Amino acid sequence: MKRLLTHLLATAALAAVASSASAQDKLKVGFIYVGPVGDHGWSYQHDVGRKAIEEQLGDKVETTYVESVPEADSERAIEQLARTGHKLIFTTSFGYMEPTLKVAKKYPDVKFEHATGIKRADNVSTYAAKFHEGRYIIGQIAAKMSKTGVIGYVGAYPIPEVVAGINAYFLGAQSVRPDIKIKIVWANSWYDPGKEADAAKALLDQGVDVLAQHTDSPAPLQAAEARGLYGFGQASDMIRFAPKTQLTAIVDNWGDYYVQRTKAVLDGTWKSQDVWGGLDSGMVKMAPYTNMPDDVKKMAEETEEAIRSGKLNPFKCPVFKQDGTEVECGGGTALSDEQILGMNFYVKGIEDKLPQ
Amino acid sequence: MTIVEAILLTVVTASTPLLIAALGELVTERSGVLNLGVEGMMAMGAACGFAGAILFDSTLAGVLCGILAGVATSALFAFIVLGLAANQVASGLALTILGLGLSGLIGAPFIGARRDPVAHLNIPGLTDLPLVGRLFFGQDAFVYASLLLCLGVGWFLFRTRKGLLLRAVGENQASAHSLGLPVLRVRLLAILFGGACAGLAGAYLSLVYTRFWSPGMTSGRGWIAVALVVFAAWRPGWAFFGAYLFGAATVLQLHAQAAAIGIPAQALSALPYVATIVALVVLSLGRRRDTGAPGSLGMPFVPDR
Repeated sequence: MKRLLTHLLATAALAAVASSASAQDKLKVGFIYVGPVGDHGWSYQHDVGRKAIEEQLGDKVETTYVESVPEADSERAIEQLARTGHKLIFTTSFGYMEPTLKVAKKYPDVKFEHATGIKRADNVSTYAAKFHEGRYIIGQIAAKMSKTGVIGYVGAYPIPEVVAGINAYFLGAQSVRPDIKIKIVWANSWYDPGKEADAAKALLDQGVDVLAQHTDSPAPLQAAEARGLYGFGQASDMIRFAPKTQLTAIVDNWGDYYVQRTKAVLDGTWKSQDVWGGLDSGMVKMAPYTNMPDDVKKMAEETEEAIRSGKLNPFKCPVFKQDGTEVECGGGTALSDEQILGMNFYVKGIEDKLPQ
Repeated sequence: MTIVEAILLTVVTASTPLLIAALGELVTERSGVLNLGVEGMMAMGAACGFAGAILFDSTLAGVLCGILAGVATSALFAFIVLGLAANQVASGLALTILGLGLSGLIGAPFIGARRDPVAHLNIPGLTDLPLVGRLFFGQDAFVYASLLLCLGVGWFLFRTRKGLLLRAVGENQASAHSLGLPVLRVRLLAILFGGACAGLAGAYLSLVYTRFWSPGMTSGRGWIAVALVVFAAWRPGWAFFGAYLFGAATVLQLHAQAAAIGIPAQALSALPYVATIVALVVLSLGRRRDTGAPGSLGMPFVPDR
């Protein structure tokens, strides 16, 4: 029922989009968001990117967005944008993959950019950010800041992107504290502040004293703040929600990429590609390191710099699975991009079972 | 604080908004009106409650704003289904959509604002008792209000004349009308009460549960409240039981995950719903014929002249 209503809402929003569209020779750029732009997290940051396009190319482009589009029913929303003259469409959730490809087939002259996807076509690019680089850093910070020796993680869904994040977080923690333990709870939702808060509380009740999250609202961070413990912001700088709790945040910085791709469409150089940017490209940024002693801050900054310069890779070989078997090293000195993007195992030391 | 105590405390937080909203809907349905707009009214309560608390810098003012928002939204519903005798199911769905949309508009300027935690009861000696202290003597005002509300609604419906009147209207509107009972007025008040409760439940979400507002934060809790009323067979005591069963299942599955007991997370996530279905089946077997539904539930009433 809830889903049905969200559909209706999305449809209503689309109707509004369609009616406001006027025939202009400006390039129309469309965005599909999985959550509300006010989620303070994932969708919010994509919208910051959209605004960057408006700001820098405002006289040449017109942007529209549709928020809270359920993944299962995204095809209609994407097609609606394509049909109403949008020539560049960003679909910003993993679950939009098949619908995006389907619509792209029907509209070969429309360019699509699918975030975190793994399938491309002539008019479908994929782009993602190496959040796991940031997660390695926060893992180190978490291990240093934890008194109980147990750190926690609120995950959305057990998909490779999230699993790789957990592994990077744990490997980071292990690198500074070999006996560190981790507890993981799946909210089975990207965005449900109440449930995210409950998940966080469950972890904190079980002895976790530093919390990381891969869900989109600041609720887990606030749950940590209510207990006087520590946490990390997700997707955007959430310091205003937890001024005494946020140690840092992994910030998704899409603006530069969005502007660059829009320019490419404007001057006709757009080509299907796969971009996976990390700290070095500026697609991933770390919020200021706060609420921690100077030595921890220094360590974090050094790690950040080492990853940026390529000296350190969170998934440097050897990487061991839970049962102790070594993962084949696909990328020479570290795991290959494909291995990270398709990660479906926990690393050694995580005492939990990955839901499959 | 022991782990059991911690779990129980979280269960109370998760269950309270469900209980409050379900009690309101229960009274509305007892009068014969099915209001499926609980989700929308809750969303309005969450947005306006939070906005009020920020603007007046007072949680109490926020709560009042949340309640008023619920009442105002439900008044619109009352106008449509009582005044115009429109289809209740369709109107309720429309109310949900309207509430979710409008709450987004109202809440937008308050995105990113935050509130400090609300005060919890603290009785020296009692609150510090092991295990039961925090649970019974250390809750916030909403929790005690929800329990009083539960008792109050039960007392009102089954122990007072006015409650009898309300049930009579819901059971058989034609008979009630022929007896000279003011069917529409009773229903109006019942709808407004339902709105007030949904608004209060919404305010609880944004002021206590998460302490920030964000769009769509009700995340289906309004629908669960509607389902709880059926589950409860339109009885406040059962609504209490249902709300806490659902809240407990939700929280326990998260704890089970954190403890890594090895059951897939997806299965655990389904647990609250499975528990609800099982309870429904068991309850239905117990009372084969009578589901407890008010006889005139969902029927529009047009007084003859």
